[in-house]
Amino acid sequence: MPTPDSRLLMDPAALAESICRLASDILTHDSKPDQPLVLVGIHKRGVPLAERLARAIQEQSSTPIPVGTLDITQYRDDLGSLRDLPTLIGSDIPFDIDGARVVLCDEVIYTGRSIRAALAELLDFGRPALVQLAVLIDRGGREFPIHPDYRALTVQIADNERVAVQFTEVDAVDGVFIASSLSL
Amino acid sequence: MLPRKDLLDIASLKDEEIEFILANSAPFKDLFKRSVKKVPTLKGRTMLTLFYEPSTRTLSSFEVAASRLSADVTRFDVDASSVVKGESVVDTIDTLEAMRLDYIVVRHKQSGIPNLIAQNTRASVINAGDGWHAHPTQALLDAFTLREVTHNELPGKRILIVGDIQHSRVARSTSLLLRRLGMEVGYLAPGTLMPRETPPEIVCFDNWSDALDWHPHTVYLLRVQMERQADSLFPSVGEYHRLFGLTDARLQILRDRKTWLMHPGPVNRGVEITDAGMNYERSLINQQVENGIAVRMSVLYTLRPDPA
Repeated sequence: MPTPDSRLLMDPAALAESICRLASDILTHDSKPDQPLVLVGIHKRGVPLAERLARAIQEQSSTPIPVGTLDITQYRDDLGSLRDLPTLIGSDIPFDIDGARVVLCDEVIYTGRSIRAALAELLDFGRPALVQLAVLIDRGGREFPIHPDYRALTVQIADNERVAVQFTEVDAVDGVFIASSLSL
Repeated sequence: MLPRKDLLDIASLKDEEIEFILANSAPFKDLFKRSVKKVPTLKGRTMLTLFYEPSTRTLSSFEVAASRLSADVTRFDVDASSVVKGESVVDTIDTLEAMRLDYIVVRHKQSGIPNLIAQNTRASVINAGDGWHAHPTQALLDAFTLREVTHNELPGKRILIVGDIQHSRVARSTSLLLRRLGMEVGYLAPGTLMPRETPPEIVCFDNWSDALDWHPHTVYLLRVQMERQADSLFPSVGEYHRLFGLTDARLQILRDRKTWLMHPGPVNRGVEITDAGMNYERSLINQQVENGIAVRMSVLYTLRPDPA
């Protein structure tokens, strides 16, 4: 939840508008007709983002878009050094991704390590023709050569600050905040 | 959840650790439906199996579980090793410690050997059965299987464990865990195979008729250890089957009541179970085997060796 020293980056209306714009950016990509578009959200907040993007794309194009989910825990490069072991949620991609155009969805991109893990896991499900990345917020600070194809907003913030994206599906409210890591 | 070092018995597991292992088993089981049934969780780690007693299914279940977590799997061949030449377990541990293993899975006919090994290695030790003491991964896979068929509604349900309770580490671990998860446990055994002391909340029966009047939700048959016959603990295989086996007539009662049937394997056909029992539509025996792999993956995920 936002704390007194957190700064609002997007209110619910701005968040909805950003998702709408991301959806139309994904649609305007010159994709090949034999590459069906599917979205895969990364737990936890990449999942509501993927679901909302899929709805927005469906409204703009009248094509149903399948949505899958990835729990990248088992593919993390720091699993052996985590103090606490995460409870597993599991991944669910109930459709064939061979030959598909997969857009991975995550709420924030920072170091790029989560996306590295997500790519490794995705390829265990099949061989997509094209993989792209959509994020709501790009906060810089990359440690891997990974960059989003679609982003709603780029922000430059200090290392000790954090971007918190909130979706009503997971949190109490919709919104994007910047706060010190300690207060979130 | 903080990782723990070893899994030696059910008694030393905290409630939250039990819940963590059972909760994570379901996503591990979902993995089996994928074409790549493998995750990189334990890449670069080594699991060694050290079985001083023969086993086929527990051993291969651990091997498959570790492989699906990308661990390297090695078998310490006890028969061929210097163990038969009289090397003590402690000397063997020193040898193993020098191999810098991460996980050691132990089965031994003597209770307490896995604990002894665990105290002398930085590797995580998993007890795969020690004497009459414990077989914790069997208990966890039984609990996971029962939660699946009851849709997580174990409290108040009754399970009847049948057979050589006295000498069974499976009965000991499984009944302890299922009671902690809220089930009521009954034992059915000949007097010679019934433990002398059982916790007061366990109901003991000496015949099927009374046991079935108790209306168990699940009947759990134990494997009859044939060598017990030599110890004169039961008169003959035929007699055991007639008095304590799941005969076709008793099976019909289970069928009419839609009672679930479990067995840790391997079965003795014609002794504790019949051919018809093996084909019973509510037998969970194969589900136990499949779940065993998922639950052991979850156990390996939960354990972490001490730092080198």
